[in-house]
Amino acid sequence: MARRSLPVLKQLCARSASSDLFPNLLRLGLASGSARPVTYMPRPGDGAPRAVTLIPGDGIGPLVTGAVEQVMEAMHAPVYFERYDVHGDMKSVPPEVIESIRKNKVCLKGGLRTPVGGGVSSLNVQLRKELDLYASLVNCFNLPGLPTRHENVDIVVVRENTEGEYSGLEHEVVPGVVESLKVMTKFCSERIAKYAFEYAYLNNRKKVTAVHKANIMKLADGLFLESCREVASKYPSIKYNEIIVDNCCMQLVSKPEQFDVMVTPNLYGNLVANTAAGIAGGTGVMPGGNVGADHAVFEQGASAGNVGKEKIVEQKKANPVALLLSSAMMLRHLQFPSFADRLETAVKRVIREGRCRTKDLGGDSTTQEVVDAVIANLD
Amino acid sequence: MVRRAVPILKRLIQSPNNPNTVQLAWGSRLEAQRSVTYMPRPGDGAPRAVTLIPGDGIGPLVTGVVEQVMEAMHAPVYFERYEIHGDMKRVPQEVIDSIKKNKVCIKGGLITPVGGGVSSLNVQLRKELDLYASLVHCFNLPGLPTRHENVDIVVIRENTEGEYSGLEHEVVPGVVESLKVMTKFCSERIAQYAFEYAYLNNRKKVSAVHKANIMKLADGLFLESCREVATKYPGIKYNEIIVDNCCMQLVSKPEQFDVMVTPNLYGNLVANTAAGIAGGTGVMPGGNVGADHAVFEQGASAGNVGNMKLVEQKKANPVALLLSSAMMLRHLQFPSFADRLETAVKRVISEGRYRTKDLGGGSTTQDVADAVMAALD
Repeated sequence: MARRSLPVLKQLCARSASSDLFPNLLRLGLASGSARPVTYMPRPGDGAPRAVTLIPGDGIGPLVTGAVEQVMEAMHAPVYFERYDVHGDMKSVPPEVIESIRKNKVCLKGGLRTPVGGGVSSLNVQLRKELDLYASLVNCFNLPGLPTRHENVDIVVVRENTEGEYSGLEHEVVPGVVESLKVMTKFCSERIAKYAFEYAYLNNRKKVTAVHKANIMKLADGLFLESCREVASKYPSIKYNEIIVDNCCMQLVSKPEQFDVMVTPNLYGNLVANTAAGIAGGTGVMPGGNVGADHAVFEQGASAGNVGKEKIVEQKKANPVALLLSSAMMLRHLQFPSFADRLETAVKRVIREGRCRTKDLGGDSTTQEVVDAVIANLD
Repeated sequence: MVRRAVPILKRLIQSPNNPNTVQLAWGSRLEAQRSVTYMPRPGDGAPRAVTLIPGDGIGPLVTGVVEQVMEAMHAPVYFERYEIHGDMKRVPQEVIDSIKKNKVCIKGGLITPVGGGVSSLNVQLRKELDLYASLVHCFNLPGLPTRHENVDIVVIRENTEGEYSGLEHEVVPGVVESLKVMTKFCSERIAQYAFEYAYLNNRKKVSAVHKANIMKLADGLFLESCREVATKYPGIKYNEIIVDNCCMQLVSKPEQFDVMVTPNLYGNLVANTAAGIAGGTGVMPGGNVGADHAVFEQGASAGNVGNMKLVEQKKANPVALLLSSAMMLRHLQFPSFADRLETAVKRVISEGRYRTKDLGGGSTTQDVADAVMAALD
């Protein structure tokens, strides 16, 4: 038995050591092979360069958008950026920026700082309302090679982006008493539910979960739930269930594998997306974007409401991975699938090797080191 | 030794993570899940209309399979079927209108009678809709043994002029002249399409196939256009090869070719040769594209629509048209459905239990179709 098993063992070990493919199969189901064996017939003219509006933003924004520009350059991707400086302390987004996004239809931005209190409203929210980017999408998933406390996380949070608690309608009734209006409309609830189910259908997702607090806010969240139920009946092959938001947060941190696509109103979506991003690896690595019927703005998926600490900006140690993965989503949105795949493969390879990681992932590299590693891993 | 060897052996043989992954199979990523993030536009899931032309010979059989599989996947496409046969005088106007409206068509082959006065309806369709680029992707399918390994060639063929201009006349009885027309306009646009394709798909090399030592002006014009376009893509290697040498290299060292751009006739021959070395015309996907429309069909059909016996026994190979319909789904921007279909087809081929006669098996078309639908997830 020993005599027979030894050569077989040797052969299996040799095959696993020498083959390029075995290490991949033995690590995780994900293949790191850069070529996707697909056949794709582009339309003539598909390679023409596309203009994309770029808003560096505040805090770590300029650092990470600079990283994206470098990588796009290195890949010779058919995009060129029109840069506009917008800062969170401006009164409103300059009209030329809005014009540019309307013309280009696609924008990539860093975060804009929103001052707490005061009279200045958030420019991030203003941009989304102006361009009617009604769906915010964050994909939270475990990156292979990045250890986290939760495994098997692959959640897409689809969040209504224009109404709800973020209507911005507040007034002081009498001194010391403030009312804040949460506005829910059937129109907006229906379209976000439609987007979530359409997303699940197009991406072969099995389940959509609606997050709500309709036991307390019976009419407002009840309207949201009604719309979700109506749309769910049109997609019989996709499972649909509802979960109250507090239970949802608890389930996210104990059994995240039960969630697939989640559709939520504005505020809950913000919290759920940031929680899901946190359990899956941190806000520094999750891609996301905002989409409407006509425009799309890509940014870091979940930014936890801040634009990075001063220290990270000074030491230039911000994590560019989230914005790089979002720019891969952008390339896919612009219908350059081969470039998107190359970028995503390179980024995942860098994460998996583990040598170039910024502070939030447990390493010590600077932003530029991570960018150089990604560029070196492109093929 | 034995006691220690057996658990190690067991561990190496079993796949640690996914028991469904075929551990010792070569090359193909058979996992269905692509780990990409994709943010569709609202309304992207609305069903699209696609014109369907069953055609002649094995055409109705294989287009029927495509319809079944699309149904099984709940893909957001619905087909508008039009009957055309190769012996009609010309393509009916309503079919052309339908394709102009839908912009996308999938078709089986149309029989072109040899000789006689009837011109090929396939060619007529391409000229009418100005589908100036024909693309055939020839690659080794994992699990399918062939005499040539490492084949991954995309043949881009000019589809509207050249030897297929259809301009022939009998000068005097017994003497016929056939005009081969080459224009700078058409040569330039096919070269541009080929280089753009290489750029968008991360291909490293484009080879222009010609016979300019003999047809100095005609193929010379083609080569000039290719050279001009090549200068605009410095990151892509460009070389030229004479068509007879090309055919010989294809059958001896096919791994040297990547993307090939050719005029009309050479493209036809090169595409069929490449399809033959890589597994046969029954499995290669392809399509015709123009600025406004796209028609998908079996990549290389060797000028016929299958022999009568295949049609009667219903043993035609549906793989080529299934892979072409995956290309069509990608063209319509349904990447997830395209990937699922392609993965299922490749899984069926690599398992090897359901193969039609041209691949060495004995299954019928319906067997293969059922296997593909079972392999979908």
